Amino acid sequence: MANIFSYSIGRKLLMSLSGLFLVMFLLVHLLVNSFLILDPLLGTAEGEMYNAGVHFMTTNPFIRIMEPILAGGFIVHIVYSIILTIQNMRARGSKTYASGNKTPDVEWSSKNMFVLGIALLSFLAIHIAQFWVKMKITGDPRLDYTVEGHNAYVLVHETFQITWVMICYVIGGIALAFHLSHGFWSAFHTVGLSNSIWIPRLQKISVVIAWIIGLGFSTIALVQYLVYPLS
Amino acid sequence: MATLNSKIPQGPLAQKWQYYKDHQKLVNPANKRKLDIIVVGSGLAGGAAAATFGELGFNVKCFAYQDSPRRAHSIAAQGGINAAKNYPNDGDSVFRLFYDTIKGGDYRAREANVYRLAEVSNNIIDQCVAQGVPFAREYGGLLDNRSFGGAQVSRTFYAKGQTGQQLLLGAYSALSRQIGKGTVKMYNRTEMMDIVVIDGKCRGIVTRDLVTGEVEAHFAHAVVLATGGYGNVFFLSTNAMGSNGSAAWKAYKRGAYFANPCYVQIHPTCIPVHGEFQSKLTLMSESLRNDGRVWTPKLKEDAEAIRAGKLKPEDIPDENRDFYLERRYPAFGNLVPRDVASRAAKERCDAGYGVESGEAVYLDFKYAIERLGRDTVEARYGNLFQMYEKITDQDPYKTPMMIYPAIHYTMGGIWVDYELQTTIPGLFAAGEANFSDHGANRLGASALMQGLADGYFVLPYTVQNYLADELHTPRMNPKEGEFDKTVKEVKAHIEKLMNVKGKKSVDSFHKRLGKIMWDYVGMARNKEGLEKAITEIQALRKEFWSDVRIPGSPNELNVELEKANRVADFLELGELMARDALHREESCGGHFREEHQTPEGEAARVDDKFAYVGAWEFTGVDSEPILHKEELIFEECKLVQRNYK
Amino acid sequence: MSEKKGLNLTLKVWRQKGPKEAGRFETYSVSNISPDSSFLEMMDVLNEQLIVEGKDPVAFDHDCREGICGMCSLYINGHAHGPDEDVTTCQLHMRKFKDGETVTIEPWRSAGFPVIKDLIVDRSAFDKIMAAGGFISVNTGGVPDGNAIPIPKKDADEAMDAASCIGCGACVATCKNGSAMLFVAAKVSQLALLPQGRVEAARRAKSMVAKMDELGFGNCTNTGACEVECPKGISIANIARLNREFLLAKLQD
Repeated sequence: MANIFSYSIGRKLLMSLSGLFLVMFLLVHLLVNSFLILDPLLGTAEGEMYNAGVHFMTTNPFIRIMEPILAGGFIVHIVYSIILTIQNMRARGSKTYASGNKTPDVEWSSKNMFVLGIALLSFLAIHIAQFWVKMKITGDPRLDYTVEGHNAYVLVHETFQITWVMICYVIGGIALAFHLSHGFWSAFHTVGLSNSIWIPRLQKISVVIAWIIGLGFSTIALVQYLVYPLS
Repeated sequence: MATLNSKIPQGPLAQKWQYYKDHQKLVNPANKRKLDIIVVGSGLAGGAAAATFGELGFNVKCFAYQDSPRRAHSIAAQGGINAAKNYPNDGDSVFRLFYDTIKGGDYRAREANVYRLAEVSNNIIDQCVAQGVPFAREYGGLLDNRSFGGAQVSRTFYAKGQTGQQLLLGAYSALSRQIGKGTVKMYNRTEMMDIVVIDGKCRGIVTRDLVTGEVEAHFAHAVVLATGGYGNVFFLSTNAMGSNGSAAWKAYKRGAYFANPCYVQIHPTCIPVHGEFQSKLTLMSESLRNDGRVWTPKLKEDAEAIRAGKLKPEDIPDENRDFYLERRYPAFGNLVPRDVASRAAKERCDAGYGVESGEAVYLDFKYAIERLGRDTVEARYGNLFQMYEKITDQDPYKTPMMIYPAIHYTMGGIWVDYELQTTIPGLFAAGEANFSDHGANRLGASALMQGLADGYFVLPYTVQNYLADELHTPRMNPKEGEFDKTVKEVKAHIEKLMNVKGKKSVDSFHKRLGKIMWDYVGMARNKEGLEKAITEIQALRKEFWSDVRIPGSPNELNVELEKANRVADFLELGELMARDALHREESCGGHFREEHQTPEGEAARVDDKFAYVGAWEFTGVDSEPILHKEELIFEECKLVQRNYK
Repeated sequence: MSEKKGLNLTLKVWRQKGPKEAGRFETYSVSNISPDSSFLEMMDVLNEQLIVEGKDPVAFDHDCREGICGMCSLYINGHAHGPDEDVTTCQLHMRKFKDGETVTIEPWRSAGFPVIKDLIVDRSAFDKIMAAGGFISVNTGGVPDGNAIPIPKKDADEAMDAASCIGCGACVATCKNGSAMLFVAAKVSQLALLPQGRVEAARRAKSMVAKMDELGFGNCTNTGACEVECPKGISIANIARLNREFLLAKLQD
């Protein structure tokens, strides 16, 4: 057991488990984000539900414990993707095919996971700088520390009014959808929870989940920008 | 080396093999390590033998010209493997399998060998199952059987249409296990160029590394040739492109006798030749004849119109179709044995009723589709139909298949005794490379059986019996003496080929040889044609040695040189085949002499004169070989004329 | 099949003298190729032409020419085994090409399969993986009767599907990661599905994967390209089974 990660399948196991873990995180994240557009719909005070969600997420001990684990998940996923990609490039060899690769029926995203991953990583950097850093480290004048959740809603809401930020989020969401549409079923395949019957099923489930998550984030940003401009 | 001693053990037929095993000499485990065995070829016979020798503890070297032992041409066998298991409870037995094989071989095989083959057939199935060969099974989980030509029982085990592949991969996995353990050293992309004979015993071989061109000698206490058949002498055959007769031929030239070279099996259902650049013929499984009806147009003008592209086969009404097999052989119909079906097709085409190029007949599934429905036909033959369509671009569900006979298997080969030892002590031959078990015609699903029988269950005993007396032979230095001399001879031979520096490609000679062989030493032979073949082959050989062109150098990967080496041997072997066919003044199995047929055009054996194995001794490339006869004594089977009417 | 118009083609063929030498594309033309001939027969025509011109013929691997030995390779116009489904190069026919077309012919490219000469590559790594564990450890003789262990037909059929791998290496050639997982998975699956192979299934999965890694094949990322180009249609479901077998085996260590 000890040396499992020295095998290719062991390394892949890390990728798939960390990936599935990150999907879980994304689902929770999406749930909280959905409050951003739910408040007005449900008629609650602006930002009330969202701020409550943020408060819960920042004070709940379980979530607090999960935070460093989540960071670890990101690091494992990123580090191993780099290791695996380097190994794979080496295995492919120095010569490429002059006639290209025209294999039909291969998902575009499956061939571009690393590129999509780099895009997502850049997005993540922007995202962290804009919110996590401001909320946790530097602080921001828009945050109101007398309110539960520090009225993160205002910070988020105002940030989404910047056009380029909104575009970044829409693109980031779409990239995420592509990344997950392969990554989700692939993770199950790698841990061995798949067979000829379940491959097509998992692939379909994968697409559905991927686009719910990806478009979910994109839509929220877009709705914030278009529907609820600063009053 | 004067007389042929087949070394058949004493006792009743059914007890001979047990008697042999009970009384043979053995080598103790500690001594096995000290003995070296070379196996040339990695197919069913060679792969199985090398693996088993390795398991027993001998030092084994195995050689293959392909890049992996898994490529050997045994892999292409489709239909199945026979065994006398009698699982279907339909009356099969070891004796029946033995009897069918002798009869199918037209009474030209050695009874004791064939009986042993039938005896060990059951062990083969058990062995393969244990290795993980995924044979077809019934819903109850037990092994399934199907029936094949020449038998009244279902005794054929199969793995889809890829039985040969699965059996070979089984042997390959056993061999791989020994390679991993280090008991077998595998030499891929290495071709045997000659054998080394010292004081009358075979002591090793000389090989050429096909990648570097290096020629070197290897010592062994015993050498096994499992190098397959020589069907490629015809250029077009169902054999692999690299299949060749050179190992057997080199052994022959060093003193091993070559038996029954004229016995060649022609398979009736192959896809016809389509053009001058055709490189090989593809077999369509014999099983197709279960439901397909073979016919040609009844009227010559229809045949001509079809050939000219003015008529389609579908346009010909039933009454103008000649179902010639059903007409000539009402009892067996489309399921007559291979040799009979092949000759009947040739007869029709020669008479001007052939279609396409004139050398093709129809195999029609229209009637089966009407009778059984398309779905049933598809379930039975779907993969074969698909293969046919890929090759010909025609849909056999809509239009009849076209087929024509093609060279498939060679029953003849190196003469061996009961121990599968050649006339050179220490040199053994197994599988298609030897002549032993199929007489003048092989039954379907018996080649796989013989290859594995020889490799798993016969050679491990008989070679050991020989090696028991070789314990005191020290390992020799393969860089000295006779080894070195043979290496030099091989290099000189290569040098000579390279130095011809002519104008014509090797293939062009091979094609011309193939045409001579097909025209005169093919499905139907006669004295005049055979004599003509001999002179034409001699002339072609002369031309080859003065006008062949081999580009490149011998010290690199040189495909043309590889081919030239093989074709040079075929140009000698072809002549021996013609000589053998000429001397055998009878028709039997795959050997059909036009002078010897019944009034109905069937093969007529001449048992009082030719019930023997014709084993030829080499005397020189341009001198006549000497014929030795091994009389065939039939104790259990009565010689009768085969009748399929 | 009778008189069809012959094809005139421009061939861009990879030529490389030896493993260490740099290769390059050479352009040749062939004319009047019958659409009914196979791709390798077209290559024969090219070679015949080259020999007559006094040039070195193109070296390529091939043997049975009926799609079962796995010896032929060739990467043609962006596809391992060329632009037809479920066939090896030897079964690819020229009717799949258009008159006047340029055909690019390359060797398998992967670090695991170094080029030996021209279009011939060294696939001995597959043999090494097999020797590491692609077998059931039984010696000849002394085995139980073939019908001693009933095997469900479904398992036997599935094992047969996995076992139909011909070891050609198209999966590695086509995989963007140069991974040999489909090849290894096919063998591990075949033997893991059968009761007689289960006995040492854990050991087999571990040693074959270890050898595959050691030989420098890449990590599978489940793109599924291997399955598409596999001439025998081996399913990537086998890869899931290999993953399962391997992980369960490692959990027990």
